[in-house]
Amino acid sequence: MATFVKGVVFEDVDFENPDSWRLEEYVKRGGYAALQKIVNEKMTQDAVIAEMKTSALRGRGGAGFPTGLKWSFMPRSFPGQKYLVCNTDEGEPGTFKDLDIIKYNPHALIEGMIIGGFTMGATVGYNYIHGEVFEAYLRFEEALEEARKAGFLGNNILGGGFDFELHAHHGYGAYICGEETALLESLEGKKGQPRFKPPFPASFGLYGKPTTINNTETYASVPYIVRNGGQKFLELGKPNNGGTKLFSISGHVNRPGNYEVPLGMPFSELLELAGGMRNGKKLKAVIPGGSSAPVLPAEIMMNTTMDFDAISKAGSMLGSGAVIVMDEDTCMVKALERLSYFYFEESCGQCTPCREGTGWLYRVIHRIEHGQGRPEDLDLLLSVGGNIAGRTICALGDAAVMPVQGMLKHFRSEFEYHIENKRCIAPGY
Amino acid sequence: MLSPESLAQIDRELTKYPADRKRSALMSALRIAQIEKGWLSNETIEFIAHYLEQPPVAAYEMATFYNMFQLKPIGKHKITVCTNLPCALSGGADAGKYLQQKLGIGYGETTTDGKFTLMEGECMGACGYAPVMLHNNHSMCKHMTPEAIDKKLAELE
Repeated sequence: MATFVKGVVFEDVDFENPDSWRLEEYVKRGGYAALQKIVNEKMTQDAVIAEMKTSALRGRGGAGFPTGLKWSFMPRSFPGQKYLVCNTDEGEPGTFKDLDIIKYNPHALIEGMIIGGFTMGATVGYNYIHGEVFEAYLRFEEALEEARKAGFLGNNILGGGFDFELHAHHGYGAYICGEETALLESLEGKKGQPRFKPPFPASFGLYGKPTTINNTETYASVPYIVRNGGQKFLELGKPNNGGTKLFSISGHVNRPGNYEVPLGMPFSELLELAGGMRNGKKLKAVIPGGSSAPVLPAEIMMNTTMDFDAISKAGSMLGSGAVIVMDEDTCMVKALERLSYFYFEESCGQCTPCREGTGWLYRVIHRIEHGQGRPEDLDLLLSVGGNIAGRTICALGDAAVMPVQGMLKHFRSEFEYHIENKRCIAPGY
Repeated sequence: MLSPESLAQIDRELTKYPADRKRSALMSALRIAQIEKGWLSNETIEFIAHYLEQPPVAAYEMATFYNMFQLKPIGKHKITVCTNLPCALSGGADAGKYLQQKLGIGYGETTTDGKFTLMEGECMGACGYAPVMLHNNHSMCKHMTPEAIDKKLAELE
């Protein structure tokens, strides 16, 4: 399910109406008015970037980088082709928000990308869509066709003197392609192996041309900002954490789903929105920002708010806003074993520390879970982790290590119990 | 080697990319070929490479890197069940076990009548609808309780 407390990305979306995603319905609720405003008021590229900066919109894909700043990195005077790319390759365990954005409000994303294209002088864009959600890819293609027919895509858009064409690109099963330079490689028809940075995509991106890559939710927030001004968006959230955010809530709650709420909402309220804990169980721990984010125990989570700065202060990261909720019956060793297997499976194999190290992490946690752990294993895990983190081309290495470090920081005794007694302290999943 | 319909689909994909960047269409061309053939043989991969004017190794590299490509013949219906943590917390691992029992095969195996292949999958980006499984790569089945699994399998001919 999907719903909102305050809707920006989902503004006025009627989740019950099966046609709510269509262009006609989107226009009825104020869609494409931001684009029209740019044309009518002859807004400059600098003016759009200024609003984006005021809004304090931070990248919704995981890194939380300020979007206005990112947009300002694109060389405006570059004479050749520039590209705009959207990253809808969401495969970070726990994250499923972009799926619902495309399902319920694809034109917000399209309009956001057209505005991005205008602002950065990019005339061609691609949306790279996660392989497993083929139905979302088909819907996006259909929405694109509607936008082309209505003249929102193509040449001389709304008579404003700028061109933008947008295409959907379907992935085929590789978590690593959510990393932006791996995504570019994949878009070029190659293995999704991340590029060394610098050069950054703003100077050497798709086909070697200046490219900006943003997340689906980021682009989908842009029309609201242009229409209402950056200040209004900022005020929805907190300073430095502007706007609303989609939280994908999964795990032991009564109503898993996507919830769009103002940034800075207390976690306890968010949990209540999701119907509270399933079967009346007690909350044990939460992974607050997708599987790569370090786990936090219940007592820390119940005293924190859901925004970039607060979660970072609590010792984890907001990431993509994927909130994985675990109750008192969850075995943390078993939970970590599954996550570690994921990173081992999805390492692209390019960098030795990650290719070999993720296997080491998985095998050691696997043997602890299966009653063959050794007392020195916990230090071994930290040592292996230390030899991966910061030593790889992309962040997948770090992403594999952070869950291990988080678990050992907050639940070390549970791992020790496992090694000593060769069994779980809690029943399992 | 491929039907005119498949080739027309590939040609449409080609229009998305610059004329000198046909390589970008490799992923969708291989997908389209796999839908028609059921899996990707070396001959099919080579055909796609030539069709897009790429060296065969470029297409082979794609087919081996991305895990939704099938390099060996499989059952008529591929069922990929997500067992990653968010799904597992809501019965994903149990759904996987139930499927194994019901079909009498393990992960990566095909039933003797060639009807079903069962795979263990990674995150499909649909955790809120757990447990989820994917039918033939393209159809997402949500809330796969044992009853829902029974119903779905009965529907598949």
